Amino acid sequence: MKSCLIVDDSRIIRKVARRILEDLDFEVAEAADGVEALAYCRAEMPDAILLDWVMPVMDGVTFLRQLRAEIGGDTPKVIFCTAETEPRRIREALAAGADEYMMKPFDGDILGSKLTETGLV
Amino acid sequence: MTFQPDHVEHLATILKAVSGFVLSPEKAYLIEPRLAPLARREGMASVEQVLLRLRRAPDERLIWAVAEAMSVNETTFFRDRSPFELFRDEIAPAIASRRRDRTVRVWCAGVATGQEAYSLAMLGLQMPEVKLEILGSDFSQRCLEKAQSGLYTQFEVQRGLPVRQLIEHFDKVDEMWRANARLRQAVAWKPVNLMGDLSRLGRFDVVFCRNVLTYFDEPTRRDVLEKIAGVLEPDGFLVLGAAETSMDSAAFRPAPGRRGLYARDPEFRKAA
Repeated sequence: MKSCLIVDDSRIIRKVARRILEDLDFEVAEAADGVEALAYCRAEMPDAILLDWVMPVMDGVTFLRQLRAEIGGDTPKVIFCTAETEPRRIREALAAGADEYMMKPFDGDILGSKLTETGLV
Repeated sequence: MTFQPDHVEHLATILKAVSGFVLSPEKAYLIEPRLAPLARREGMASVEQVLLRLRRAPDERLIWAVAEAMSVNETTFFRDRSPFELFRDEIAPAIASRRRDRTVRVWCAGVATGQEAYSLAMLGLQMPEVKLEILGSDFSQRCLEKAQSGLYTQFEVQRGLPVRQLIEHFDKVDEMWRANARLRQAVAWKPVNLMGDLSRLGRFDVVFCRNVLTYFDEPTRRDVLEKIAGVLEPDGFLVLGAAETSMDSAAFRPAPGRRGLYARDPEFRKAA
């Protein structure tokens, strides 16, 4: 069973994403910001991370840069999941080490498609 | 919503004749959701009224609009992935190597809103050794207009299209995404009804006709397959949807181990 960490400060988004991911047979964990997510990854590196951009304490891009610098931090497939839709923001996320990028709002089809792109399903 | 059976039967007859679409009784539930927007556009009070006018005072424009509205336009970028990988890795290089000018001519038949043709065009831009010519066709003018505009919603560009391809080949226009000029120029569009004469379309090396035949009845499928064979080069290929087959058509033989891929049978019409 593959594991996915959902990092989002919105409890609703985490709930929606969890339901879709569990239907796709993922073991799901949640974090509400970048600091919490980093602590989780240091203890147990997930196979995938669904990552919001704008969050309190530590935002998604800052988290991703730090994650990629960690030992083993290059292994999780990271899919941004954000309301940011400008191409320059997408390029910034990819340059920081994102594997895929999903613009909110999303549904099961879109998340499934992104997971397929990254080879997770 | 239940419609008068004779109205439904009449609609089914018209659809079959115009677009080949088979409206079986168990698909009657599609009538209301598909025709309601058309009824509104036409200023008619209900779908029943559309069916009534189709019966009593049909004009060509209405018949066409109804056939367009009833057609299935479900498609995504790189739908099912594997046919595109097969095209990029095997089919296109093999055909190009056999052509003096390395041109590979592809026809996307029943392309709906164009995602399949643009997906192939994106692959073409990654294959400098292949000169790809792509024709996208559909019987629906409304679909073709959208395809030609290259404009897609955020929802549409996120189904099947890797984000790197999105930012390489599309520009953001307000809330929509538009295929850039280079990509748009890589595809030619033409209204083509598979029920009609296809012999003047030209010749093709590969025909993508995926999830189209499935809406036709068996004699129509066989007829369309034969017509497609007639425009395919002798060493050409037909790509069908994953759940479709060439139904033992004399014109094609399945490529072993390649689901949905059919080679034109070299013996087909050899004598003709």
